[in-house]
Amino acid sequence: MRSTVFKFAAAALTVSTVASFAPAQAQQAISIDGSSTVFPILEVAASEFQKNSGGIRVTVALSGTGGGFRKFCNGETDISNASRPIAAREIEACNKNGTRYIEMPIAFDGLAVVVNPQNTWARDLTSAELKRVWEPGSKLNNWSQVRQGFPNVPLRLFGPGTASGTFDYFTEAIVGKSRSSRTDFTASEDDNVLVQGVSRDRGALGFFGKAYYNENKTRVRAVAIVNESGRAVLPTDQTVSDGSYNPLSRPMFIYVSERSAKRPEVRRFVTFLMNSAPSLVKKADYIPFTRSQYSQILTIFNRNRVGTVFGGKNQVGVRISEILSRSAQ
Amino acid sequence: MQGEELDLSAIVKDVQMRKSISIRKFWDVLFSFVALSFLILGLAILLLLIFQLFVDGRGLLFSWSFYTSFPAPNAAEAGILSAFVGSLFVICVTVLFAIPIGVAAGVYLEEYAKSSSSPAVRILTDFIEINITNLAGVPSIVYGLLGLEIFKETFKLGNSVLTAGMTLGILVLPVIVVTTREALKSVPSTLKEGSIAIGASKWQTIWDLILPASIGSILTGVIVSVSRAIGETAPLITVGALTFIAFLPPLPFSDRFAPDPQTGELVRAGQYGLFDWLFSGYTVMPIQMFDWVGRPNPEFRVNAAAAGVVLVLLTLVLNSAAIFLRIYFRRRIKW
Repeated sequence: MRSTVFKFAAAALTVSTVASFAPAQAQQAISIDGSSTVFPILEVAASEFQKNSGGIRVTVALSGTGGGFRKFCNGETDISNASRPIAAREIEACNKNGTRYIEMPIAFDGLAVVVNPQNTWARDLTSAELKRVWEPGSKLNNWSQVRQGFPNVPLRLFGPGTASGTFDYFTEAIVGKSRSSRTDFTASEDDNVLVQGVSRDRGALGFFGKAYYNENKTRVRAVAIVNESGRAVLPTDQTVSDGSYNPLSRPMFIYVSERSAKRPEVRRFVTFLMNSAPSLVKKADYIPFTRSQYSQILTIFNRNRVGTVFGGKNQVGVRISEILSRSAQ
Repeated sequence: MQGEELDLSAIVKDVQMRKSISIRKFWDVLFSFVALSFLILGLAILLLLIFQLFVDGRGLLFSWSFYTSFPAPNAAEAGILSAFVGSLFVICVTVLFAIPIGVAAGVYLEEYAKSSSSPAVRILTDFIEINITNLAGVPSIVYGLLGLEIFKETFKLGNSVLTAGMTLGILVLPVIVVTTREALKSVPSTLKEGSIAIGASKWQTIWDLILPASIGSILTGVIVSVSRAIGETAPLITVGALTFIAFLPPLPFSDRFAPDPQTGELVRAGQYGLFDWLFSGYTVMPIQMFDWVGRPNPEFRVNAAAAGVVLVLLTLVLNSAAIFLRIYFRRRIKW
């Protein structure tokens, strides 16, 4: 019995001794954090990379775009995933800590607006109609109010929770102001819950990332969105990548710390990422850029072009060719 | 006539009494029946859930590679190795951190502070007691924020197994303190008095008599709280648990490799120290499950269900260990 109690005391001593040590050496790993939307791409990349990296380690966490930038600007991570360009306050935080970064677009994501398969009327919707439905204070609760000729069916709304980047982007693209939306909709951070909700309600209208629509095409139907040139466009890989599915497609990014970019293993990972991006991005259920665009992006990295081309503001419906032709500030 | 009347009223009383008794007996039976049916209902729902989990996850539960693979983007290849090992390492730190502090605090509060003659100490003790009871009901995310501020920011321990283990350690501390006190209370006071009477000091009494006599109950409290800690997600996400990690914390004295500064190729760079595993990145089972459940690809739900079954089994093993230890130590107590 004495020995048992003695062990407790010994354990206490051990823990307190260890706690007083500083970490013996920094983690020998490439640390990636940030957006949960971008996570699947980096997970595929990290997994494939480690198969042939000779033991170089890569870890990916998901703190969300904002949480990721906080750690990144603090110098805690090497690469930050972002489902939107770096914001003004984050640029400031990075500057304050002396973290310079290289901005690299990684893939496209489309937002699918979906209805129940039994909904036979809403084949397409315009941004203005979506805005009337979703803007703050909107009282629309029946499909007949959305457009003349739509039947008298109660309208029920489903959308991602307010903590998600998808919500931010949708509100910015449709309502015109990020995070500004009516509040009486069924919100869930788990997109599978939204799929279920829409699939059970004839009058449902919802939105979420295109990947979730791809996996559930039998349970929900995508609505074509009328784009800036007046054409109703369905979200497909083709329409998202050629930019005709607007305004609900967006580029996603990784930000590589300039300090980390000097490390050979980080260079190796980023090079691998860009060279294999077309297949990696497809595996993660997103839409890749073209091969030549990826090599242009790799050139940005190799020339160490620090800064952002967005100036701290998000931009709706921007095309990749446009991003690549701009110069960073 | 008078006697007859008396008899009659006695009979009436008797009948009333019997009736009243039978009604009460009926209520008694009815209530036990209602209570039993609620018990069955509760258990049935639980069993149904576990069964559902088992059915959903059966495709992977019996495949060895599920237990020996790291997470992967492909559902069929993705396994729980790093999450399982991560959970074990984190819980290890939790136990090593929380037991000494929790038990010592319990002993102090129960054996020393209570009998102190100083009013200041007693007020302080009351204050601590109220706080400990309250702490047991605080949502776990709050402990995550505490761990973030103290261990990660102030002590600079990083996103490490150590930070996670100690954060969960604080989380289970109140429960351990409370169960330790209850365990100490259950030791008969005659034992203490007898020990003091034959000249043992207070410390000797506690160390040689009271603690050994209550160790079974203390361990039960510890293990039950550890089973709670093993299912925690929120505080660990707050203190920086990873989601994708395809390596294990380094074992002491295993070879350490580092990238060559020129080529980026890995070369041997010495050995890991005894405590380096404490500073490794990690993920845990509930986080891995959470990640799998939220995927667009429905195949990952099989992985999540299988991981759920493993987690349930792990908790079951821990709880059986608690029962076993309690019986084992109780049998050794003789008074």
